[in-house]
Amino acid sequence: MDKSKEIEHWDLVIKAESSLFSLRLNEVWAYRDLLFLMVKRDVVSFYKQTILGPLWFLIQPLITTFTFVFIFGNLAQISTDGLPQVLFYLTGIVAWSYFSECLIKTSSVFKDNASIFGKVYFPRLIMPLSLVFSNLVRFGIQFFLLVLVLIYFSWFRGFHFELSWNIFLLPLFILLMAFLALGFGMIISAITTKYRDFAFLITFGVQLFMYATPIIYPLSAAPEKYKQLILLNPMSTIIEGFRFILLGKGSLSLHSILYVCIFTFITFFLGLLIFNKVERKFMDTV
Amino acid sequence: MSIAIKIENLSKIYHLGQIGTGTFYNDLKRFSAKLRGKEDPFLKIGESNDRSTKGGNVVYSLKDINLEINQGDAVGIIGKNGAGKSTLLKLISQITAPTTGAIKIKGRVASLLEVGTGFHPELTGRENIYLNGAILGMRKSEISRKMDEIVDFSGVERYIDTPVKRYSSGMYVRLAFAVAAHLESEILIIDEVLAVGDAEFQKKCLGKMGDISKGEGRTVLFVSHNLDSISKLCQNGILLEHGKLLEANEMSKILNSYMKIESFSYLKSFDYLDVGPQIVSVSLNSNLLIESKFQLKIKFKSPYLVPQLVPGFVVYNQLNAPIFGSNTRFHKTVINYSSLLEGEMIAEIEELNLHSGNYSISVWLGDQLVDFDEKVEVIQFEYKSKNNYQQLPNPLEIGSVDQVVNWY
Repeated sequence: MDKSKEIEHWDLVIKAESSLFSLRLNEVWAYRDLLFLMVKRDVVSFYKQTILGPLWFLIQPLITTFTFVFIFGNLAQISTDGLPQVLFYLTGIVAWSYFSECLIKTSSVFKDNASIFGKVYFPRLIMPLSLVFSNLVRFGIQFFLLVLVLIYFSWFRGFHFELSWNIFLLPLFILLMAFLALGFGMIISAITTKYRDFAFLITFGVQLFMYATPIIYPLSAAPEKYKQLILLNPMSTIIEGFRFILLGKGSLSLHSILYVCIFTFITFFLGLLIFNKVERKFMDTV
Repeated sequence: MSIAIKIENLSKIYHLGQIGTGTFYNDLKRFSAKLRGKEDPFLKIGESNDRSTKGGNVVYSLKDINLEINQGDAVGIIGKNGAGKSTLLKLISQITAPTTGAIKIKGRVASLLEVGTGFHPELTGRENIYLNGAILGMRKSEISRKMDEIVDFSGVERYIDTPVKRYSSGMYVRLAFAVAAHLESEILIIDEVLAVGDAEFQKKCLGKMGDISKGEGRTVLFVSHNLDSISKLCQNGILLEHGKLLEANEMSKILNSYMKIESFSYLKSFDYLDVGPQIVSVSLNSNLLIESKFQLKIKFKSPYLVPQLVPGFVVYNQLNAPIFGSNTRFHKTVINYSSLLEGEMIAEIEELNLHSGNYSISVWLGDQLVDFDEKVEVIQFEYKSKNNYQQLPNPLEIGSVDQVVNWY
């Protein structure tokens, strides 16, 4: 009967309420192999039993670019900051599609994985993280296409391309996009477990959001009074940054980069808290 | 002996019908109550999970469970459908969080609530072993080390580099169980997974699970409706009813208690259609069944008088093969129902000579010439024989009849 006097050590205590800030990120690290295997699964299963395989990743941005060139460039004659239209649109599309793909996929992560989540426990954060990484593979292939097009334009079309130290800002922008999409996606995924309406809103919302981002137009062409408004959207700075680094034209300032960094950090952290809160009980409501 | 799992005041509440409280407004009310530190206005205390009673839209799937499980124990969890067995396993394996109370665990938990979770049809067997293993919490190096063992156990060596969508369902299950069986965790949680796969593989799995709990000293929690395999594997048991812990004891005692609460539940009723003689209800007395006595009651109704009513029944084993049957015609028994429009017929066997297992009964009603009514497999029952053999061979191999044999 001396059991109670023993100093009890428990490896795991499951309680009704958990502290808001117990994020258990060390668990995610312990499951890093699963993260890797999930990414591999996503990438490999995407092109199994297709003829063109990874080429499918290239067809979508190319067709979208040509559509944009035709409609916005030729018919509507929207300025492209003096850049070749194909390069201008392609840069925006490649960057934007990484963000939107990550956002849409993470926002339905609970619904899509309900069958796995209902049967086995692993840190739920693995799933949105794996989406961000597997989309990074896709982004890499599309970015490679962008580089090829860039080389073509600088060799045959006389486009002046200059490699500068700015290129090292690129990974920062990619990282910011990933965390921004992850943050927003996790917040939305948490809401959709209870209120399904938001699932419909997201696909439609992302489309609209694209027009609030300088993708089909340069920020410099926007009226002065709207510029500050457009810059409130963190994706504006990222897209402009992409064009500034790769094409040499775009509006980029240090304080807007700083703003995006802070914005992203807050969104991501908030998303993490909400996601963590919901993951414990979402099986009861999904 | 040290404690592996300690459960304190554990409750789990589910909301019936609508998700959440139903409206955004109610959700806000609840949130504001919580902010002010008041009790949840939508939580009524004192209701238990009884499906037959209506009222209230909150239900306790588990209520105030206190339990300690020792290290190295194999514990079987039994109870009727809706007793809270699966909820308990879900809480321990962290799939959902409890409403109140706590679970304290020593060691790594691996739960097997389904075989092949996360299997991707396009990936090969080998790739899926890695993926499934990682989902269950194994490191990649750990899986590589055990790869040969896993492939060997599954018996699908030839197809290991073929996408699993080409597998037969049997191969799929074999591979999935093989991964799970090689988990290195101190606590293993298993829910009804053995219901799949053929008899030979089931035996192999049961053997492996026996090794796990007995040989390797790991703690096993096991839910199954197959009382036979549960009593073989587990020395201890937990009996749940309506979300409450009824008893935690040795397995044999638990099985007896379970049989008692199960009694009279082998009953099926049918709507009376008033077009001809008809069976309106069939029941099997499971209380008597514990004493190996078989008593089947058939109630009938008829719009007109029938001079010679003939009832009959057939008992099938779990492979749906008929084992025995009877009717009053071939037993040349005439019961005089000729003046009755409704009544009850009873078929009784003093000593049921069957091995433990799952059986079903079909019932038939006619007269000397015509069939009136037939209810196919109306009753499914699990029979636990009084005769406990040291090592009973699988009834599927040796047959269902427990015939007394003298050997010289």
